[in-house]
Amino acid sequence: MILGRVIGTVWATRKDEKLTGSTLQIVRPVELDYSPKPGFVVAVDAVGAGVGEIVLVVQGSSARQTVKTQNKPVDATIMAIVDKLDIEEQG
Amino acid sequence: MHLGKVIGTIWATRKYPALEGAKLQIVQPVDKNLDDRGAPLVAVDTIGAGSGEIVMYITSREATIPYRVELVPIDASIIGIVDRVDVQG
Repeated sequence: MILGRVIGTVWATRKDEKLTGSTLQIVRPVELDYSPKPGFVVAVDAVGAGVGEIVLVVQGSSARQTVKTQNKPVDATIMAIVDKLDIEEQG
Repeated sequence: MHLGKVIGTIWATRKYPALEGAKLQIVQPVDKNLDDRGAPLVAVDTIGAGSGEIVMYITSREATIPYRVELVPIDASIIGIVDRVDVQG
């Protein structure tokens, strides 16, 4: 999984009907000190994250391994909201 | 499978229900000489690796296999703690 920060939301009324009711959040990947990395992903939010929160995003087929995203055209899902990181060893 | 070093832990109380009780470790990928290689990632640890240990981890859909629950949204799992790496050349 990757660390990211929710920076916004995507609203799309015309979309694959399997995505109806899904919250689509824009997530920017972040470093371990939460500083932004380039790029972003649009992820289905399975845990109700708010804008600004640090989250974990699962990608690929594993993104469909939730009740909300199973058998749906989804390759990125927010599956945790991070409270804290403990970094012992700097890599 | 890949080699990595456990460098920390993620605490997340609000997470997908099936992940309740899962240990989320921060892993720094390493090369065959155990030097850092690429960006850190977060992996579920069903083995109980300690911080600083060299581990083996798997990614993508197969990462769900070691986990005790069938339907779980994870794409990286620690599957072993490395004792030693012998490389010729």
